[in-house]
Amino acid sequence: MFNRVLSLFRCRGFAVESLAIGHTETPNIMRLTIVVDGSKTAVEQVVKQLYKIIEVRKVSDVTEDETVRRELALIKVASKPSTRSEIIQLVDIYRARIVDVAVNSLIVEVTGTPDKVDSMINVLRGFGIKELVRTGVVAMVRGPQVAYEEKVRELSA
Amino acid sequence: MRMTGAQMVCEALVAEGVRDVFGLPGGAIMPLYDVLPQYPIRHILVRHEQGAAHMADGYGRATNNVGVCMATSGPGAINLVVGLATAQMDSAPVVAITANVATSVIGSDAFQEADITGITIPVTKQNFLVRSPKDLPRVLREAFHLARSGRPGAVLVDIPKDVLTGEADFHYPEKVDLPGYNPTLRGNMVQIRKAARLIEHAQRPVIIAGHGVLIAQAWDELVALAERMTIPVANTLLGISNFPTAHPLFLGMLGMHGTATACYAVDQSDLVIGIGIRFDDRAMGKFSAFAPRAKIIHIDIDPAEIGKNVRTDVPIVGDAKLVLQALLQELKEPVDRTPWLNQIREWQRLYPLPSSEKVPGELTTPDVIRAVYEATDGDCSVVTDVGQHQMFVAQRFPFRRANTHFSSGGLGTMGYALPAAIGVQIARPHETVWCFAGDGGFQMVMQELAVVVAERLPLKIALVNNCYLGMVRQWQELFYRGNYVAVDLSPGTPDFQKIAEAYGIAAWRVTERADALPAVRAAMAHPGPALIEFLVRPDENVFPMVVPGTSLAEVIVNEAHAGRHDGKPAGGVQPRPEPVPVPGLRG
Repeated sequence: MFNRVLSLFRCRGFAVESLAIGHTETPNIMRLTIVVDGSKTAVEQVVKQLYKIIEVRKVSDVTEDETVRRELALIKVASKPSTRSEIIQLVDIYRARIVDVAVNSLIVEVTGTPDKVDSMINVLRGFGIKELVRTGVVAMVRGPQVAYEEKVRELSA
Repeated sequence: MRMTGAQMVCEALVAEGVRDVFGLPGGAIMPLYDVLPQYPIRHILVRHEQGAAHMADGYGRATNNVGVCMATSGPGAINLVVGLATAQMDSAPVVAITANVATSVIGSDAFQEADITGITIPVTKQNFLVRSPKDLPRVLREAFHLARSGRPGAVLVDIPKDVLTGEADFHYPEKVDLPGYNPTLRGNMVQIRKAARLIEHAQRPVIIAGHGVLIAQAWDELVALAERMTIPVANTLLGISNFPTAHPLFLGMLGMHGTATACYAVDQSDLVIGIGIRFDDRAMGKFSAFAPRAKIIHIDIDPAEIGKNVRTDVPIVGDAKLVLQALLQELKEPVDRTPWLNQIREWQRLYPLPSSEKVPGELTTPDVIRAVYEATDGDCSVVTDVGQHQMFVAQRFPFRRANTHFSSGGLGTMGYALPAAIGVQIARPHETVWCFAGDGGFQMVMQELAVVVAERLPLKIALVNNCYLGMVRQWQELFYRGNYVAVDLSPGTPDFQKIAEAYGIAAWRVTERADALPAVRAAMAHPGPALIEFLVRPDENVFPMVVPGTSLAEVIVNEAHAGRHDGKPAGGVQPRPEPVPVPGLRG
């Protein structure tokens, strides 16, 4: 299914900044969180075209909504005995975590808004980033309403 | 009932009312061909799978039901692709059934393996790779439902060989469960009322009626709307034959080679009513300058088309027939439109379709079209290929009955006409079907003449031969300083009369205008298939023309104006002195 989504973005030239895919609470339903550059892409067209994909059940444009937005990054940073404690201090300030320690490197795990992740990366850049991976942002609208609820449906002929 | 996957496919075809399928077998699909003769399904053996896809497309458009094509794995399936893309672009209902290598070797670059579901994602409405025989009934039911409902399109079902031979219980589902797919059929009444008020009060309204009217079979409602509200009607290319050509409210085709009157009427209108159209660039000219004085009502079943290319004041998502019926209920008396109709009559008088002859009396494509019309009295289905002859037919053939014009519009696929005409003829065995093709497009698919003979089809073929890729030549003349590159087909052009005769098809060659009508009459009188090669003027050009990047108001009404760039269309707008060169267009 997400083949079709990716193909759609490629064919129609929609500018994707990030894309995250994962399972939901409902079996067989996947949720994609896609960030598009609204200055380069007509968001209304993106929504309409996504709805043309047969498997797509619900598309929510949450740009204007109050949302919780989070991204996770793993950052492998070069470290020496002389810089290690400084890195640990910075990681603490960001409420990030050290999840692996080796002789010449650390892996930092940081979670937060994309801005916070960007900032953590920038701060660590001076030590030498050896490897970096980001999940892409996931988002959820605040409050009691839910994005999609599986309902009992009438079948069509 | 327990059966093999191959039997399930046949059972599903029968359950869906499919009587004819177009295909060509190969290794992976042999289990299906092994059982096919046991079912009441006629298989038409094509000579190239592209032909099968176009035949299914023509068949689907002509019947308003699904056309089915079949191909084996790898090259067979890939050969379908251009036909599927053509069908999808033109919203034609087609189901393609392809076989694939066995599930155990998928992904191993096995012999004749291709990822056809991956390849066809962008050119299908939906596609399926079936991994187990138990999924086949549901998938086939969904495939047919998707192909024919909502905005129709191409659907591909890829079935690995072991799924064709494997067994499972067969229960063909009556209903489909597609929670993400719910086409809106009935228009929003608030919008319909808003549209009704605009329609009653507009001074200069115009309808642009497209393919959606034919798909929804809404031609009677269209005529009723136009007549009750006194609104002139223009057609998109694919909308042709949804409104009687001879009707006094008919403006002709709109767009790049549409009539000047249709272009001016849309440009000058204060209300555009688009029905079953997608405001395509070839029909609308420059979007930013489209109908600058008009409010726009857009009726279409596909919400993604609303607001895609042009602004919309009243969007109505729904089935054209149901929306027009609701609209007709709402409409009251319109204002007097006599001044508007007088203006249109004046344009029609000033800017008739130009003759394309240079030397008086020479054979031109419009002569061919006139001869076919006179000999048939317009009582026939017409299938065209892509290029100059296609535009001439769209401009000039007087269509009298709905859904009798078939062409590749969106994709502009050369080679469409002959196989699509075969599909139309099989769908309409007792009707006269005329296939118009140029020498370029015809040579892409002429192997399908074998199908015409094998299936004993009384198809009539007008081969309009100018020994050129004519439309490309016209663009090189107009936009590339007459620098003719790779458009001259005369070296190597075969003797088409002999080719037809070699297949056992009666053939004539016409070089003089006076011989056109007698030849067409002779072809009509011949009980079997017939081909007439018309040697037309080689450097004929199609006008009027809306140059790409210009607005409808800037339409160049005839060749003289194109040459000197001093055309004076209504509204005081001058055609652009220097047309913008556009990368070469094929056909």
